[in-house]
Amino acid sequence: MALNRKIAYVNLTTGEIKTAPIPVEMRQLYLGGRGLDMYLLYNHLKPGVDALSPDNVLTVSAGLLVGTPASASARTHVGAKSPLTGFVGSSNMGGFFAPELRFAGFDHLVVKGKAPSPVYLWVHDGEIEIRDGSKLWGEDVPTTQDLIREELGDPEIKALCIGIGGENLVRYANVMTGIKNAAGRSGTGAVMGSKNLKAIAARGTQDIAIRFPKEALEYNAKLLEHIGSTKFAQIMQKWGTMFIYGVTNTTGLVRNRNFQSNQQVGGNIECEHIEEHALGTEGCYGCIIHCRHKYMIRKGPYAGTYAEGPEYTSQGAFGMEVGCNNFETVLIGNHLVNKYGIDTLETGSIIAWAMELYEKGILTDKDTDGLKLEFGNDEAMLEMIKRIAERKGLGDILAEGPLRAAKKIGKDALKYCIQVKGMSNLHSDERPTPSLALGIATGSRGSDHLRSRPAIDLYHLPEKVLRSIYGGPKPYDGPLSSDYTSYEGKPRMVQWHEMLYEAIDCTGVCKFHSVFLSPNLIAFDELSKLIYHNTGLEFTPEEIWDIADRAYTVERLFNLREGLTRADDWLVDRYFDEPTPVGLPIVRGKTLDRAKFKQMVDEYYSLHGWDETGVPKPETLKKIGLDQEPSHML
Amino acid sequence: MEKILVVNHEKCTGCRLCEMACAVKHVGANNPARSRIHVVKWPREGFELPMLCQQCEKAPCIAVCPKNALSRDSALNRVNLNYDLCIGCKMCVIACPFGGMGVDIVARQVIKCDQCDGDPTCVRFCNPGALQFVPASSVNLIKKRTVGVKLAEVMRKAVAA
Repeated sequence: MALNRKIAYVNLTTGEIKTAPIPVEMRQLYLGGRGLDMYLLYNHLKPGVDALSPDNVLTVSAGLLVGTPASASARTHVGAKSPLTGFVGSSNMGGFFAPELRFAGFDHLVVKGKAPSPVYLWVHDGEIEIRDGSKLWGEDVPTTQDLIREELGDPEIKALCIGIGGENLVRYANVMTGIKNAAGRSGTGAVMGSKNLKAIAARGTQDIAIRFPKEALEYNAKLLEHIGSTKFAQIMQKWGTMFIYGVTNTTGLVRNRNFQSNQQVGGNIECEHIEEHALGTEGCYGCIIHCRHKYMIRKGPYAGTYAEGPEYTSQGAFGMEVGCNNFETVLIGNHLVNKYGIDTLETGSIIAWAMELYEKGILTDKDTDGLKLEFGNDEAMLEMIKRIAERKGLGDILAEGPLRAAKKIGKDALKYCIQVKGMSNLHSDERPTPSLALGIATGSRGSDHLRSRPAIDLYHLPEKVLRSIYGGPKPYDGPLSSDYTSYEGKPRMVQWHEMLYEAIDCTGVCKFHSVFLSPNLIAFDELSKLIYHNTGLEFTPEEIWDIADRAYTVERLFNLREGLTRADDWLVDRYFDEPTPVGLPIVRGKTLDRAKFKQMVDEYYSLHGWDETGVPKPETLKKIGLDQEPSHML
Repeated sequence: MEKILVVNHEKCTGCRLCEMACAVKHVGANNPARSRIHVVKWPREGFELPMLCQQCEKAPCIAVCPKNALSRDSALNRVNLNYDLCIGCKMCVIACPFGGMGVDIVARQVIKCDQCDGDPTCVRFCNPGALQFVPASSVNLIKKRTVGVKLAEVMRKAVAA
């Protein structure tokens, strides 16, 4: 059965390993993946622990539909208290690890304590061993996985691991699998590093029984045919997420030179450049969109290096934000962060911030050890990536993340830092787009586009279409606006996508197959059918919304327990005070309006049933069954 | 019309949907260990190659089978496995030069690709078209045309010059 996968509790301090079944009642409350991880974190973590201490808890999981004929059911979720934000840490990646974890008999691993010396976990057909990992320590991401396969003598083993970024406790280190699949944004790689846990390897030969195999295959075949027929999928198959750059940069919706412009001029980093380097594209498990390029760096010191990607986010990190205009630089930067296992967005954003500080004289040559950290200095930027991963010089300070680094640098450093909840914003400029701005301000894991971004708001969809999407599955008859510069009805869009992305993350299906960048893909109705055909569990679309609401509210409760206040659901002053200098007329000269933004936050809270301080009301908690949390059922 | 299952590794994205569809179709569960097709990968090079029974004309599996459980099925142009005759000795697994014969550890029997009786599920699910079920008589013609496009371009230019 897809439902008979187990949960394992591993204590690295004592070496004790316990396994337990996951009761179907817990599936009915949280499905699995991110949702159940969040329940486990809320129940197993003591409030206020140091995120890099043995007291932190790391969860690794496969979603409920992973390894089933649901669409692109490949995602691994990694949870912990984030060492970057101090709030909920929640990272998600594709690749092939999660299906292998399920074939090995497990859905959730809960790792506690700290091993006395480097170790890795070996999960295989119902068994888990803690093995010596000292030979792996210091190795980069792909080499670590190769060495594990070699040591255990099985080329089919799939592993997740940390690179030197995680070992060196870079607060935005990733958990990685394959060449570039990265569970990023929350520093869960540093949590692994703090536990002396270098990797988790999995291999299994157990059935994932499909409840209605004929119907599941037939439904999936038709769904894939539909997905494959969308323009979005066809563009992604050819260009990956890099296609977004052409549109957003032309419009003026990107961060350039930290936050000084909203458009890159003279940039030579359009997606078409990949053609000179590409060797084809790769898909994650069961995915027809295969958005990941395989490429070879052709020139310079890294010539002959095989890598995968880059994503739009790396174009932002090593292109627009840092003012570097060369596609080769993006390719190298992308390779370096993946090899070291550090977050591409955070790394690029934090270097862009440091560059502005250097430009303003807040950081000097003395701080950079002579490195000319100027915008557009490609070599200095690439060198800084290395220094961050190795924690050398200024890199050691930047490895601490924006807030801690700002404190150490002092002066006016914080004023120029573009962050929410201590997590750097991605490379998009949300001043002209209130819905996108509200999403990053309120996201549970910090400033991030994958919690709730209503990206389709940028498409000016007719109101009728918006109504057909955002009017359900829970009734909504408030305003909706096709104008992406408007504040009207945007809180509903953010809430709707929050619920959809939470539900999707509980199942382990990829967001690119959902209503994220295309309005024509999977939403609550399709999820209901996918879950039924594959597992036999029956949920109406409304019930799936309720599950997502429950899981998201647990994230909120987690954050509140760690000291989150309404002030944390807000953007830095530059969004409200500095108008966008360039771009198309619709986005030029824009700032966000404080009063209207506050009203949006109020409305967003009210849609969630939270009070004006952002705390869920007692009746809200009762309605979604959270009034007794933590309930310690697992 | 006689058809054969052709693999074009250049189109394979390594997603393993073929493995999943094959297993779910044949055993109602996803388990690569029970799938008849496998995508073999070299992750550090980004190279992937789907591998399955080649339905050989002079099949070593047929030659070694002591019970005549394996035979040439001329109607569907495949090597057929008759489970009523099979004793599970696995000689075919040893003899196959491609790894096309496998062992299903749950069903306790040898397994091989049966081309889903003329409508291969893996082909249906292979969106990039790395797996194709094409007329045997024209399989090389399809390839000739694909490769010939480039050659034709050069020749046209030569004529024009």
